[in-house]
Amino acid sequence: MLAYVVRRILATIPVMAIVALFVFSLLYFAPGDPAAVIAGDQATPADVERIRQSLGLDQPFFVRFGDWSWRILQGNLGTSIFTNLPVTTMIAQRIEPTLSLMVLTLILSVSVAVPMGVVAAWKQGTLIDRAVMAFAVLGFSVPVFVVGYLLAYVFALELDWLPVQGYTPFSEGFIPWLENLVLPAIALGGVYIALIARITRASMLEVLQQDYIRTARAKGAGQASILFLHALKNAAVPIVTVVGIGIALLIGGAVVTESVFAIPGLGRLTVDAILRRDYPVIQGVVLLFSFVYVLVNLLIDLLYTLFDPRIRY
Amino acid sequence: MIDRRSLLKATAGTGALAAMGGLSAPALAQGAAARTLRFIPQANLANFDPIWGTQYVVRNASAMVWDTLYGVDDKLEVRRQMVEGEETSSDGLTWTFRLRPGLRFHDGEPVLAKDVVASITRWMPRDPMGQMLKAIQQELVAVDDRTFRWVLKKPYPKLRYALGKTNTPICFIMPERIAKTDSFQQISEYVGSGPMRFMRDEWVPGARAVFQRFDQYQPREDAGTWLAGAKRMLVERVEWVVVPDPATASAALQNGEVDWWENPLSDLVPTLRRNRNIMVDIADPLGNVGSFRMNYLTPPFRDVKARRAVLMAMSQEDYMRALVGDDERLWKPLPGFFTPGTQLYTEEGGEILKGPRNLDAAKKLLAESSYAGEPVVCLVAQDQIITKAQGDVTADLLKRLGFNVDFVATDWGTVGQRRASKSPLNQGGWSMFHTWHAGADCINPAAYNAVRANGDGAWFGWPNVPAVEEAISEWFDAPDLEAEKRIIGKVNRLALENVVYAPTGFFLGYQAWRKNVSGIQKGPLPFFWGVSKS
Repeated sequence: MLAYVVRRILATIPVMAIVALFVFSLLYFAPGDPAAVIAGDQATPADVERIRQSLGLDQPFFVRFGDWSWRILQGNLGTSIFTNLPVTTMIAQRIEPTLSLMVLTLILSVSVAVPMGVVAAWKQGTLIDRAVMAFAVLGFSVPVFVVGYLLAYVFALELDWLPVQGYTPFSEGFIPWLENLVLPAIALGGVYIALIARITRASMLEVLQQDYIRTARAKGAGQASILFLHALKNAAVPIVTVVGIGIALLIGGAVVTESVFAIPGLGRLTVDAILRRDYPVIQGVVLLFSFVYVLVNLLIDLLYTLFDPRIRY
Repeated sequence: MIDRRSLLKATAGTGALAAMGGLSAPALAQGAAARTLRFIPQANLANFDPIWGTQYVVRNASAMVWDTLYGVDDKLEVRRQMVEGEETSSDGLTWTFRLRPGLRFHDGEPVLAKDVVASITRWMPRDPMGQMLKAIQQELVAVDDRTFRWVLKKPYPKLRYALGKTNTPICFIMPERIAKTDSFQQISEYVGSGPMRFMRDEWVPGARAVFQRFDQYQPREDAGTWLAGAKRMLVERVEWVVVPDPATASAALQNGEVDWWENPLSDLVPTLRRNRNIMVDIADPLGNVGSFRMNYLTPPFRDVKARRAVLMAMSQEDYMRALVGDDERLWKPLPGFFTPGTQLYTEEGGEILKGPRNLDAAKKLLAESSYAGEPVVCLVAQDQIITKAQGDVTADLLKRLGFNVDFVATDWGTVGQRRASKSPLNQGGWSMFHTWHAGADCINPAAYNAVRANGDGAWFGWPNVPAVEEAISEWFDAPDLEAEKRIIGKVNRLALENVVYAPTGFFLGYQAWRKNVSGIQKGPLPFFWGVSKS
C-alpha cells in the first residue's frame, strides 16, 4: 500500500510538468498584454513597449519558459506582474477563504445529498422520490449566480439575517466566519447536492436489490440499519468517486461564487489574473489547482479500500 | 434599535458558541465603526505605483497617500499645495519654488527639495506635459532643504497646472530614495506625503486596501476642494472593499456593509434611490467622453472621406442611450472634443455631428472614398460595459453604411494589445476600437493624448494631421484665456474635419453613499478628505 502511495505521488511529477508546459504555452500564445493594462488607457505605444521590455515579455518563448521552469524547480512561483508581490504570498492570502468555502460546501452537500439519495431510493416511485429528483434537476439547471442572488436577496436584504458579501477569517470567530460562508456554500452546493443525491439514489437502488439485503430484512434488521449500515456502505464506492470528481466542479463553481459574494479567494484571484494577463499568478494558481486535483484523486482511490476491502493496490 | 441579525446572534449563537469557546469579539466598536469609512472603488487596486501604473484606480488611492506641489480645485483653478510660494523670472525661464514648513513623509522624515526634484524627474517621462517640460528643461536642482529651482529653455506658462492637474499620472511627491526608481519599474516601498498612510500589511490585492490617517500631516489652512486646500481627514481609517459584481455591491450598500460606492451602474440606481438610507448623485460633473478611433494606417480609414462618412452618419443619441439608458440627465451630445461646461468648451466645426443624421449623404461620401469592400476590423471589448455598448451601435452603423464589418468580440486585455499593432489587417491589424476618456482629461489639450495628431507619436490610430498639432502648440504658448479659446476652437474644427477620433457623446456617472456619510464631493476622483461618518 505504502509503495502504491509513493508511486502515485511520484506519478504526479510528470503530470504537473505537462500541466505546466500546457498552461505556459496557452498563456504565451493567447492574445492580450499585461503591459498595456499596466500602462493605462492613456499610455502611448512607446510607454507600453518600454514596460513590456522591463517585464521581460519581449523575450522568446523558450527563454521565458526556461526561466519560469527553473524557478518552479526551486519552489519559486515568481512575482505578480501587477502587485509586485510573490505569487506564493498572494495564494497564501487567498487560500483560506476558498478552502473554507469548499470544506463547508463539501460537508453541507454530503450531509444533505446522501440522506436525500438514500431516502429517494428507499421510497422509489413515491412523491418523496419525485421531489428529490425534481430538486436534483433544479440543482443542475439553475446557475450558481442566480441561486446566489436569490439567497442574498432573501436572507441578507429582506430578512437581514446574514451579510451580503465578504469574508471573515476563522481566527476572528466561528460565527462571523460562518455567517459569511453560509449563503455562498448553499449556492455553490446546489449542483453538488444534486449530483451526489442522484448517484446515491442510483447506487442504493442497485444495492437494495441484492440478496443480502433481503436476508438482513428476514433477520429482522430495522429499516435504518438496512439502509445506512448494510446498503450504504456497499453503495459508497460510486458515491465517493462522484464526490472526488465533484471537487473539480467546486473549484469551477468557486470562481463564480466568490465573485457574486465578493469572497477574496483563489477563484477571484484567478479571474482577476486572467483578465489582466498576470501570467505568473495564473500559472501558479492553475498549478496549485492541478496539484490539489491529483491529490484528491489519490485520496479517493485510497478511500475505496475502506469501503470495499476487496480492493487492493 | 436592535436589528434582527443582532438579535439572532444574541439568542441563537450565544449558548452554543460559549460552549465552543468561539465567541467572536465585535469586529469594531461603535465609535470605531464611525471612524472607519468603507468604500467600493471602481476597480481592484492591483498595484500601487501611480507613476508606473497609470490606471485611474491607482491614481485615486495614491491621492490619499501622496501629496502634490499644486492642486486643481473644483473651479479648475490651480492652487498651491505643498508649495508655499514661487517666483518666476521676468523672461519666464526660471522658476524658484519654496516648500511649506513642517511637511513630513509617513516615515517621519521631513519633505526636502531633493525629494521633490527626484519625484518630478521620475514623473516627467510618463506624462505628456512632463515630457514637454523635460524637452525644454535646462536644470532642475535643489537649492536648499526647502527651495528648488527649475530652469527652462523656453517659457512654459502651464507649469503650475502640470504639477497640480488631476490627470493621470499626477506628479506625487515621494522620498528621494523611492523616487529614484526608474519610472518604468514598479516601486516596492509606499512611504507617502499625504494625509493617509497605506497599510501594506493589510493589502489583499483584488479584495481590500486599507488607509490609516497620518497624524503628522500638515493640512493647508484654506478651505479644500478636490486636490487643493486643506486635506483634513475626518475618519481614522478608509477601507477599500473590492466588490466585482455590481448587484452585490448594490446589496452591500443597501445592507449597510459599505458606506460609499464610487460608480453604481445606472440600471441599479432606481433601486438605490428607493432606499431611504441611501443618497445617489452625479459622481463627476466633468463626466466622460465616449469615443472610437479609426486607424489612419490601414484602409479604409486612412482615407479621410471614409472617416467623415462614418461621422456624418453616426447618431450620438444612439450611442448614449445604449450606454446610459433613458436617463436624460446622464448624457448630452458632444459636437467636438472638449468637456462641456468648462472654459474651453467649443462647438466650432461641429456641424457634422449636429442635426438629423443623413445616411444617404454618408453613403455617397463613402462611395467617393477609396473603400473597396475590404473588411473593417472592429475591436470591441465585451468585458467593459462602455466599450461593448458602443461597439454594438458602431457595428450596426457600419453595416447600414455598407461596410464589410469584421466584428471582433474580445476582452479589454486583448484590445490593449492588438490596438498597438500597426500591421495590415490580414496580419493582426485593426480598423477601429472603442474607448472613453475622463472629462477631466479633455478640458484642454495638456494631458489629452487622444486629440493629438502627431502621426507615429500619437495615440493608437496614429492620426497624422500637422495642422492640429500646430494649433495645439499654439495653445501651450497662449498668453490668456481669450487666446486659448480662439485656438481651441481651431483645434476642434481641424480635428473634426480630419476626424482625429469619433466622439460618441458626453456622459455622466453616479455615485451612491449612505446618508450617515457627509462631505462627499463631486469630482474626477473620489476625495476622502472632509468626509465624515456619523
